[in-house]
Amino acid sequence: MALAHPDRQAHSLGEVFLQDIYRIPGGEKIKECIQCGTCSASCPTSYAMDYTPREVIAALRAGMLDRVLKSNTIWLCASCYSCTVRCPSGIKLTDVMYELKRLAIEFGLTPKRAAAPVLSKLFVNIVDKYGRISETELVSKFYLKTNPFAMLNMIPRATKLFLRGRLPMIPHKIRGTSELKKCAGSMSEPMIAGLRPGLGAKKAS
Amino acid sequence: MNKAYDKSTRIVCKALDVKISELDDWNCCGASAYMSIDELKSHLLSARNLALAEKEKKDLVVVCPACLTTLNKTNHYMGENPRLKRTIGSALRAANLQYFGTVKVRHLLEVIVNDVGENEIKARVKRSLSGLKVAPYYGCQLTRPFGEIDDKEFPMLLDRLLTWLGVEPVNFPMKAKCCGGMLAMTSEKVGLNLARGLIQNALDNGAEMISTICPLCHMTLEAYQGNVNKLFGTKYNIPILYFTQLIGLAFGFSRKALGINEELIPSQPVLEKYLEVVR
Repeated sequence: MALAHPDRQAHSLGEVFLQDIYRIPGGEKIKECIQCGTCSASCPTSYAMDYTPREVIAALRAGMLDRVLKSNTIWLCASCYSCTVRCPSGIKLTDVMYELKRLAIEFGLTPKRAAAPVLSKLFVNIVDKYGRISETELVSKFYLKTNPFAMLNMIPRATKLFLRGRLPMIPHKIRGTSELKKCAGSMSEPMIAGLRPGLGAKKAS
Repeated sequence: MNKAYDKSTRIVCKALDVKISELDDWNCCGASAYMSIDELKSHLLSARNLALAEKEKKDLVVVCPACLTTLNKTNHYMGENPRLKRTIGSALRAANLQYFGTVKVRHLLEVIVNDVGENEIKARVKRSLSGLKVAPYYGCQLTRPFGEIDDKEFPMLLDRLLTWLGVEPVNFPMKAKCCGGMLAMTSEKVGLNLARGLIQNALDNGAEMISTICPLCHMTLEAYQGNVNKLFGTKYNIPILYFTQLIGLAFGFSRKALGINEELIPSQPVLEKYLEVVR
């Protein structure tokens, strides 16, 4: 693959990324990657990734993070922390993957028709609404959005689960939802902007 | 939450005199999905639970390894990063909450093995499950990333517990590998391929049953086992029980009380080979 000249967007992405990563305890270790590939070899899903975890850090150094964000890589991370516990440089690669997921969504760079970001967003909406998750609502909304046809295939299993009392139909709403909203509201704009200088203008709508 | 896990947890804790009480108005920890969208709010969700537990002067015991890791992450990161602590602390104050960082987050398995211990457990075994071969499955997040309670890649807590119950834990090299549950809906083939590998590895080592400590692993290995078969042409039919259900069985509780009738893959045929009353 020919190396594209790193464009402005890739540069700014890299800067924002590093700023965020340095906030994580031990985040600065990312500078110490020796490209040994232990992460890629330990990852149970790297075989299916466009870029392996080692290549993600190589891409960061080459200013080509945008390619990683547009690829399937980060959405195949199952968050099993195998890479994190084995990295000889102590890089928290699972946290790196989380950060990349957030950036991809924030900058509108998720791959077209990727289902994982849809699932995460629905999960967040449901938790914001009830304070807890409703698996039934999550699964049905997810398939309605991504693949309504697949819902038909789900009916036999869903029926069996329901009959065994394993598919609760009524979500439980906690008393503290408004409390959580208030807390979240209080840490909005100024504080977050303070953590992420120079971002606003580049943010995708 | 899975009712069978809930029921069996309450029964077993009562039998073992482990005093648990549901944290009033607890909220979802947000798991990996929330962390993928909003880092600070994800920490806030954990912090509220921690603050509520601290107010009650209690440790936080969870039965889900993902909750364990998510809550522990916030606990550790707030402790290590003063800026994060300030940000979350001032957000909590908007709801008259505060968190000083004193709560310990623990998984029930570790509480039962380390705090209750071998003698107390053996003394309560009323039914022999001797000869039953179980693959002890831990999944990812019980010991990773922090590894404070057991080996990060080859834990033994559940193996030991099963031995005390008279069950035979089989050698299970993939016991702390990922079940793929998080990907089962979004990248079905990749996700379920991980489940397939686990089930095959358990069977190769002579397991008749897999015991889990995680509701998502249970869902993946249990409810999705049929999908694994469909996708890969396998004919797996191995029952999956929660570790609390096995404890309850050994302690003599009825299957119904433990929710052992809610599986899609019935455990009855396997259990009936071994269940006998000793005293």
